Amino acid sequence: MDITFILISVAKIIGLVFLTILPMVAYSVWAERRVSALIQDRVGPNRVGIPFTKIRLAGLGQPIADGIKFLLKEDFTPSHVRKGYYWLAPALTMVPALLTCAVLPFGSELFGIKMVIADLSVGPLFIFAIASLSVYGIVLAGWASNSKYPFLGGVRSSSQMISYEISLGLSIVPILMIFGQLNLSDIVMEQARNGWALLPLWGDRLSLKGFLLFIPIFISFVIFTTSMFAETNRLPFDLPECETELVAGYHTEYSSMKFALFFLGEYAAMIIGSGLAVTLFLGGWSLPFGWLVPEDGASVPFWMGALHILSFLGKVVAFILFFIWVRWSLPRFRYDQLMRLGWVFFFEIALFNILLTAGILLFVK
Amino acid sequence: MTALFYFFAFVMLAGGLGVVLTRSPVTSAFSMVVSFLGLAALFIMLHAYLIGTLQILVYAGAIMVLFLFIIMLLDLKAEEDRKISLFTVIGGALLVSVFASQIIKVVKALPAAAEAMPELSASASEDVKNTGLLMFTDYVFPLQIIGVLLLVATVGVIVLSKKELK
Repeated sequence: MDITFILISVAKIIGLVFLTILPMVAYSVWAERRVSALIQDRVGPNRVGIPFTKIRLAGLGQPIADGIKFLLKEDFTPSHVRKGYYWLAPALTMVPALLTCAVLPFGSELFGIKMVIADLSVGPLFIFAIASLSVYGIVLAGWASNSKYPFLGGVRSSSQMISYEISLGLSIVPILMIFGQLNLSDIVMEQARNGWALLPLWGDRLSLKGFLLFIPIFISFVIFTTSMFAETNRLPFDLPECETELVAGYHTEYSSMKFALFFLGEYAAMIIGSGLAVTLFLGGWSLPFGWLVPEDGASVPFWMGALHILSFLGKVVAFILFFIWVRWSLPRFRYDQLMRLGWVFFFEIALFNILLTAGILLFVK
Repeated sequence: MTALFYFFAFVMLAGGLGVVLTRSPVTSAFSMVVSFLGLAALFIMLHAYLIGTLQILVYAGAIMVLFLFIIMLLDLKAEEDRKISLFTVIGGALLVSVFASQIIKVVKALPAAAEAMPELSASASEDVKNTGLLMFTDYVFPLQIIGVLLLVATVGVIVLSKKELK
């Protein structure tokens, strides 16, 4: 393990996590508020711009003001909580969400370096493994708060997350069968050359087989996206923190930056989830119709690499806007409806979908 | 690399000690999760990516969540007040030392344990594929039997948990 490898990895981690995802988290909160305002015909936060001037910038300064507010608020610890776990829980929701971005390929190459932090051969498995750890943060928050509403929120959340993990995992199996591997970089490369999973309009996938495979891929996409809403505890599946029943669910007893960490963890999970959906179904960093696909072994010029990163970020932002749009358009499900949807419908449909994909792959040449 | 090995081995052992030495059942369960994470990191350092991620996915992410969940629901207060008798401590220590000495003896007797094995890195990128191929060709019969056994166990649990059977 040489020093340049470590330095390059550190640069990639800082660039992706601290300079891209964390600002994106802050600005998706802003986007959430602006888009919800747009949908509900309000104005939303449009005042905060550059401090000490009259420049407003459509409220783009709001996340900075929010961040300062969260840091300076009183960090109140109720006397009845179990202290150690109460402190640990917010970090445990935030950390797994950020760790999963390690295997996402966010660009092709820049200066001859692959734009992925860890090019693992078990990419999607790694993401599911780490994401399954984020249940602990919520369970511990619910238990450590030592009061009724957080506990009920924690119980709900963990059963919901465990249930939907199954359909989430099963829904991507058809994709992995079609591409025949678990390396996310190679999956993206394959999509760049031969058509995105959800857009088989060029390359090898512009064929009868490609169009037939579109059916199971589309089913997978619907199950994956819906389960992602449940996994990130977002409306219409935000039962763990459903205000009308549970005050604020598992983070009722939290204040100041600890509350903000739960909030940021949810948004970070949403961004990584969008990133995974984009990587698996929408061609990752590649441009549509096979434009500007890097050749094997040839070096990628700087402008092309930058364009690929922008393409990935653009798709992720579009996906986040879709998340926000759904949140402000659909009413909340009932808890039994949610569990029924997960276990009775999605689980069976995902299993059937795997059989369908196997059938198409086996019989259609 | 060696420093990383000692770090993760320490995390694993500290977690394992936490399971037995702490009073609170929740802390015990959580120490077990930490221990599993350390173990998974050690597997990954050996380039066994599949087994490392499965360790986290299955044990830390699914089984221990259920453990922790049940412990929290039961809210075991009695366990924290329990007195430890000298007899159980001595008995436990005796059992552990006998077991440990046996393991050391067996490992020392193995000829394979004496030599350092070559690194796996060449075939590491294929370990998912190789495992899958082996499971569905050479070991397909044991796999089927395990599947049936698990099904029987699931049905059994459902039958047992239903109090009033018609």
